[in-house]
Amino acid sequence: MELFINQVLAGVATGAIYACMALAVVMIYQAIDHLNFAQGEMAMFSTFIAWQLMQWGVPYWWAFLLTLVFSFAGGIAIERALFKPLAKAPVLTNVAGFIALFAIVNSVAGLTWDFTIKQFPTPFGSSPFLGSQLISTHQAGMIGVTVGLLILLYLFFQFTRIGLAMRAAASLPESARLVGINTSWMIALGWGMASAIGAIAGILIAPVVFLEPNMMGGVLIYGFAAAVLGGLTSPLGAVVGGFLVGVFENLAGTYIPGVGNELKLPIALALIITVLVLKPAGLFGRPIVKRV
Amino acid sequence: MSAVDEVASDAPAVEAVPKKAMTLGLGASLVMLALLIIGPMFVKNFIVFQLTMLLIYALAVLALNILTGGSGQFSLGQSAFYAVGAYTSAILMEHFGVNYALTLPVAGIICFGFGFLFGQPALRLSGIYLALATFALAVAMPQLLKLGVFEHWTGGVQGLVVTKPDAPFGLPISQDRWLYYFTLTVAIGIYIASVNLLKSRSGRAFMAIRDNEIAASAMGVDVALYKTLAFGVSAGITGVAGGLGAIAVQFVAPDGYTITLAISLFLGMVVGGVGWLPGSIVGSAFIIFVPNIAEGISKGLSGAVFGVLLFLVIFLVPHGARQVAMVAQHMLGKLRKG
Amino acid sequence: MTAMLNIKDLRAYYGQVQALHGLEFGLNEGSLTTLLGANGAGKTTTLRAICNMVRSTGSIEFDGASLNGRSTENIVRLGIAHVPQGRGTFTTMTVEENLQLGAITRKDKAGVVSDIERMYDHFPVLKERHTQQAGTLSGGEQQMLAVARALMLRPRLMLLDEPSFGLAPLIVRDLFKILGKINREDKVTILVVEQNAQLALELADKAYVIETGRIVMSGSAAEIANNEDVRKSYLGY
Repeated sequence: MELFINQVLAGVATGAIYACMALAVVMIYQAIDHLNFAQGEMAMFSTFIAWQLMQWGVPYWWAFLLTLVFSFAGGIAIERALFKPLAKAPVLTNVAGFIALFAIVNSVAGLTWDFTIKQFPTPFGSSPFLGSQLISTHQAGMIGVTVGLLILLYLFFQFTRIGLAMRAAASLPESARLVGINTSWMIALGWGMASAIGAIAGILIAPVVFLEPNMMGGVLIYGFAAAVLGGLTSPLGAVVGGFLVGVFENLAGTYIPGVGNELKLPIALALIITVLVLKPAGLFGRPIVKRV
Repeated sequence: MSAVDEVASDAPAVEAVPKKAMTLGLGASLVMLALLIIGPMFVKNFIVFQLTMLLIYALAVLALNILTGGSGQFSLGQSAFYAVGAYTSAILMEHFGVNYALTLPVAGIICFGFGFLFGQPALRLSGIYLALATFALAVAMPQLLKLGVFEHWTGGVQGLVVTKPDAPFGLPISQDRWLYYFTLTVAIGIYIASVNLLKSRSGRAFMAIRDNEIAASAMGVDVALYKTLAFGVSAGITGVAGGLGAIAVQFVAPDGYTITLAISLFLGMVVGGVGWLPGSIVGSAFIIFVPNIAEGISKGLSGAVFGVLLFLVIFLVPHGARQVAMVAQHMLGKLRKG
Repeated sequence: MTAMLNIKDLRAYYGQVQALHGLEFGLNEGSLTTLLGANGAGKTTTLRAICNMVRSTGSIEFDGASLNGRSTENIVRLGIAHVPQGRGTFTTMTVEENLQLGAITRKDKAGVVSDIERMYDHFPVLKERHTQQAGTLSGGEQQMLAVARALMLRPRLMLLDEPSFGLAPLIVRDLFKILGKINREDKVTILVVEQNAQLALELADKAYVIETGRIVMSGSAAEIANNEDVRKSYLGY
């Protein structure tokens, strides 16, 4: 029983990271109907920025904050420069664009900070949380930060003018323009926010998986699995999906014989395909009707 | 009203390519063929090996092109089919002593079946969702190949070493050169078959589905059948390419067939021009030589060079090599008149 | 009196297809004008061209300033509200959020709050349903919401694209009564595109008839209503 609770809690903790990645993926999907295959690499790059700032002696939370600002601006810059011109291009061209971005970010990070793994600090420490052996303070911190982020995002989207405008632009761009919303900038804003959310995920997971250019590959796939499970059109679904995938991953790794670490990834992928086939709208998403 | 409001009016998955534009004229084809036959006679073995890989990847890109350019379906998972083909050939040769040439049709058939089966769930997905599902397949494949259950056959993480075949009938040419001409023969055969496939009834059905699935089904095209068939054919050709690849490299291992390979093939198709079959070889050259040259300049640079070039292609020549070829043809035509 | 909206030589295109062929007309401040025409005559295109939602050439002036080259959202910010065909309701949001969206460009918070109350006076049914998802409203209610949302902009000019479409006759009468009231009391200039010519001519003080992308007739609503061709083609008697 203790093993079970332990695994569930550990799952919730990593699930928090998947939830962040899924949220980032959903933000961009909502804005432009595309999956950002480079989301993980952008997060990784942000994490390196935080690491670099700390190397230069910037205190942890300042580095955290500066990284968020940098990521936000970077996300907007990428959208303006590279993806705004592709708005009307076929899906295929956009997918190619995301892959190109993936390759560039990965490679630039490797060239700048090389491919060796680096330690990344945690401000929460790694002692047992509240004296319990079940989760560490860092894991508790991961959950805490994610939940706090979610509450902030909820408040932002429900109760601010820009939040309302972003929702309007995502759901019906033409109507949004007709009430005077600059939808193009709302998309850029979505990119900025997604990029910043990804940065948070990267900074939180880095102490666990260590910092290196390929650190986010697996995390992004779990993020996709979470987003698909929750429904790509639902931010809430993405978060719930993230926690579910985290727990599922840990339990499967522990209890299904022969799964172990090497099959965890294929399981996430099997999950993606199963959900896509059985319930493409996900648990919380709206079904999409297609017109000829 | 609410149902109508939520209608998604997507950009097309793939831009339509007229059927005629998918192939090369007879004259240009013959020049190309002559180059491919004569070229390797005058270069070193290592370069011959690279040219062989060029042909093999060109086949794999061609396979993806049939799927995407032909039937409008995505795949970021071609590396999985390539891996299955490679392992089929390797296992047949090393465990059962089957002649290398005979392993290729088996690899093709197994991959066709595999692709056809994978096409079943893929039927219900389109555009970005299909990209995601196939992406998942590609990421999972190396892990599956490492599984302990199959280790006796696959060699696990270590992989399998494959013996390089000698030229038959005591022909006085090196193994590399022989393999090149062998690959060239297979590639030409598949290319001609593919061109004919796209010109056939099935090819028209593929394209009808690509351009408008609902209209195609209204015209009586069995959409489900042709979509899975396109997957099967594409996977089958990729499998043959994989088998050839295993023989040429003389080695198969799970980490040789990661998502990177799938992405490379996808990029090769974009660079070569989606739906333009001759572009496959241009795309293949891109994915083989660009990383080589970039790595030569600085380690780790290839990703950046790759990405930047890809963005240049997307922005400047969105139809890839096909566009360049068309512009060139146009200018040639002008020169002749002028 | 110079016109508030002045359109000259307006040509609009969908891809290669030209939909408007040199349209010319003007709207006086405070007027209620209707644009009549058959299906495909270019009525909707005209409204879309005013808001730069379709590729067009020619000159469109609002209060003497050219609208050419302005983005849709910038045109709206000048005080031109557009109620599109199909109403453009944000179906996943609540009725109240839809109204707030209508006023999203306004800075006067207090004014917005009182305007929402005013809309609830105009359309009591919206008040009843203000926390409901807009997608759950009936067609007539959604049309009222669309008009109310447009009014939240405090527009000087309101463009309505077939507001009667798909509504029961009684509801249409109500809606048109409210439009008349808005025109008189709030001094909102209104241009309404309609297939229901009879009602539109009762409501309007000026009318234009459009055929295959050109204005073929103009005059006071009464003149147009009495014109024999119009009676035969659009009024059916």
